[in-house]
Amino acid sequence: MKKTVFFGALTVAGLAAGVASAATLDDVKARGSLNCGVTTGLVGFAAPDANGVWEGFDVGICRAVAAAIFGDPTAVEFVPTTGQTRFTALASGEIDLLARNTTWTMSRDTDLKFDFVGVNYYDGQGFMVPKALGVTSAKDLDGATVCIQTGTTTELNLADFFRTNGISYEPVPIETNAEAQQQYLAGACDVYTTDASGLAATRATFENPGEHALLPEIISKEPLGPLVRHGDNEWGDIAMWVLNALVSAEEMGITSANIAELSAAPTNNPEINRILGTEGELGAMIGLEADWAKNAIAAGGNYGELFEQNIGEATPIGLARGLNAQWTEGGLIYSPPFR
Amino acid sequence: MSDTHAQTVAYVRDTMIAETAPPTTEVGVIKWLRENLFSGWMNTILTLASLYVIYWVVSGVGPMFTNSIWNAGSLSECREILALEGLTSHDGFCFGVLKDRWQQLIFGFYPNDAYWRPVLALLVFFVGLTPVLFDSAPRKLFLATAAAPFIMFMLLWGGSIWLPIVVGLGIVVGYVALTYLSPINGLVGTLGAIILPILFWLYLAGPIAGALTSIAPIGLEYVPSKDFGGFTLSVVIGIVAIILSLPLGILLALGRQSDLPIIKYSAVTFIEVIRGVPLIVWLFTASLLLNYFLPPGTNFDLMLRVIIMVTLFSAAYIAEVVRGGLAALPKGQYEGGDSLGLNYWQSMQLIILPQALKISIPGIVNTFIGLFKDTTLVLFIGLYDPIGLAGAIRASTDWNGIYWELFIFIGVMFFIFCFSMGRYSLYLEKKLQREHR
Repeated sequence: MKKTVFFGALTVAGLAAGVASAATLDDVKARGSLNCGVTTGLVGFAAPDANGVWEGFDVGICRAVAAAIFGDPTAVEFVPTTGQTRFTALASGEIDLLARNTTWTMSRDTDLKFDFVGVNYYDGQGFMVPKALGVTSAKDLDGATVCIQTGTTTELNLADFFRTNGISYEPVPIETNAEAQQQYLAGACDVYTTDASGLAATRATFENPGEHALLPEIISKEPLGPLVRHGDNEWGDIAMWVLNALVSAEEMGITSANIAELSAAPTNNPEINRILGTEGELGAMIGLEADWAKNAIAAGGNYGELFEQNIGEATPIGLARGLNAQWTEGGLIYSPPFR
Repeated sequence: MSDTHAQTVAYVRDTMIAETAPPTTEVGVIKWLRENLFSGWMNTILTLASLYVIYWVVSGVGPMFTNSIWNAGSLSECREILALEGLTSHDGFCFGVLKDRWQQLIFGFYPNDAYWRPVLALLVFFVGLTPVLFDSAPRKLFLATAAAPFIMFMLLWGGSIWLPIVVGLGIVVGYVALTYLSPINGLVGTLGAIILPILFWLYLAGPIAGALTSIAPIGLEYVPSKDFGGFTLSVVIGIVAIILSLPLGILLALGRQSDLPIIKYSAVTFIEVIRGVPLIVWLFTASLLLNYFLPPGTNFDLMLRVIIMVTLFSAAYIAEVVRGGLAALPKGQYEGGDSLGLNYWQSMQLIILPQALKISIPGIVNTFIGLFKDTTLVLFIGLYDPIGLAGAIRASTDWNGIYWELFIFIGVMFFIFCFSMGRYSLYLEKKLQREHR
């Protein structure tokens, strides 16, 4: 908590000094690669493989943005950031885009002077307990020891939840998800709380996942999304519309399998044509080539494909689409029209 | 002569009794056991208790090693293999992760086809170190010591071969300036030897290296600092910081004892400020605050920043250790130096420092070992030291949930490094033993 405030203050101080430079797109083009901030490692969202190649859901966003700018999804320098260094890295210009399962909150948007460009995963904070504890609701957790990651919004939500319900808890502060897993399994805490996606991923790695239960309460809204520095709206627009293009592509049925065919010649669906640049001038409006969205989608597939490959039900993490289904299928994933 | 007694004193033996073996309780293993382990009821109890503890640990951990699985591509596969043998994951280590990822733990993200470069750099380092560590080594090896930093830089980071060569030429420029200017005037010579190389590096080195590169583009593939990781990162940070912090620390310790107020108080302030703040704060300063202070667009290598911070930090500690050595010398040693008519540097070099440093060896090596282990703190600023890489390996779906195997490996590696440093320090202490005890 204190750390958060401290680094937040640093961030603001830095911006007051006017360090953030204006035309990020020009800088990125001159550099020839996108500096994209990711986590130092979170299952399904971002992790280097045995060859050092980054993979994951957040990584997919970085690659899509790089592909939209350069036509090359590998033109990305991944900068691993921790919970503490992520905001300063973005504010100081070390990275151009932060795609690090970061929750969109008002203070981060305003006080820390960032712009969230959308939501790529709707998450919420949950609780995991051993079934042996016999707890069925988070409201029964009076007096429990709780493993909680420091410097995150989950820490604040937890305090809020226990205060509103008039029950007490004892926090066990931990730094990383890995540490939390170990502490929880070793019995250092009764409860582990973090985003529900993280809990599911963590539980999937246990030897006996059946012995642990996720409690029904989801105590917070955690819209996770990529963000950029405040003050360069053109750059923010690029990141935002790349994300929207991935979402629209799923809605319109543009996949990495059929994109070559759909973009070869104008189809009879005008919105698909506008997205893929076979019709209209949308690319020029954000300062990119006409085939920007085509490259972004071809980089790793549309939103649904990215989801299924990295965190979907076919993967060990096995997350259901839930809130993250398209709006047409009862979810919250919704892109403004390409027009 | 010899039979005199045989005739006069009949009862005296005239032959030697054959030697018999000493009682079994007074020799060999049994004697050692009796004296060291069972010399009283208290020691007997302690011995038995210790034996039980050892048995308990070995019987608990031993099977985990003997049952360990080396051929598995993921944690779940490993658990399946163990389950086929009727075991749970608590009965055997899953060292498959090391087989799968050991290269990453050692080399980080260094290009696969260039792994020989860090290895060769380490060899070059040891060759360069030999004449420094062992005075039985041929003196000509000091040439290798002088060349080692440049060769190592070339091997580790690569790029054009001309850059380290031209930088090395700067030192030659300084040497030439010293040789040719000193006869004119000592001060001019010294100043020339400092200023000319700096001017050379600032204004001439870049263009010359560029020109040479365009004429003869020889070199190795450039490897950016962000690809360094694992033990390569720890060892590079550790070695550079160790080598740089020793002279800096000695200078600071001498500065702190100086009679000149400006030098004295700068040294005191530096030492106290650096030492008074945790290393992790300095690392955050290096990675976060500097980003704000430096002009935007400056590309100041994060690894270099970390090396500078770690060096300064450990120099402050070395300074205090060396000051302890200086303080331990009797005043007569300083006065002896003065009475021989030696100037300050001569008396330091010939009389004071050799003794003070000898006294400080355990403390200095202690600081170095601490420094080497502290390199794992760079994890918190997003660099991939071995612990950070363990986290990254766990973040892959294959190996999520694996802990002990990685930590055991990292622990063993660190132990090897730190233990060797400790043994060398003991060797050095013995070799320099001058007191009569």
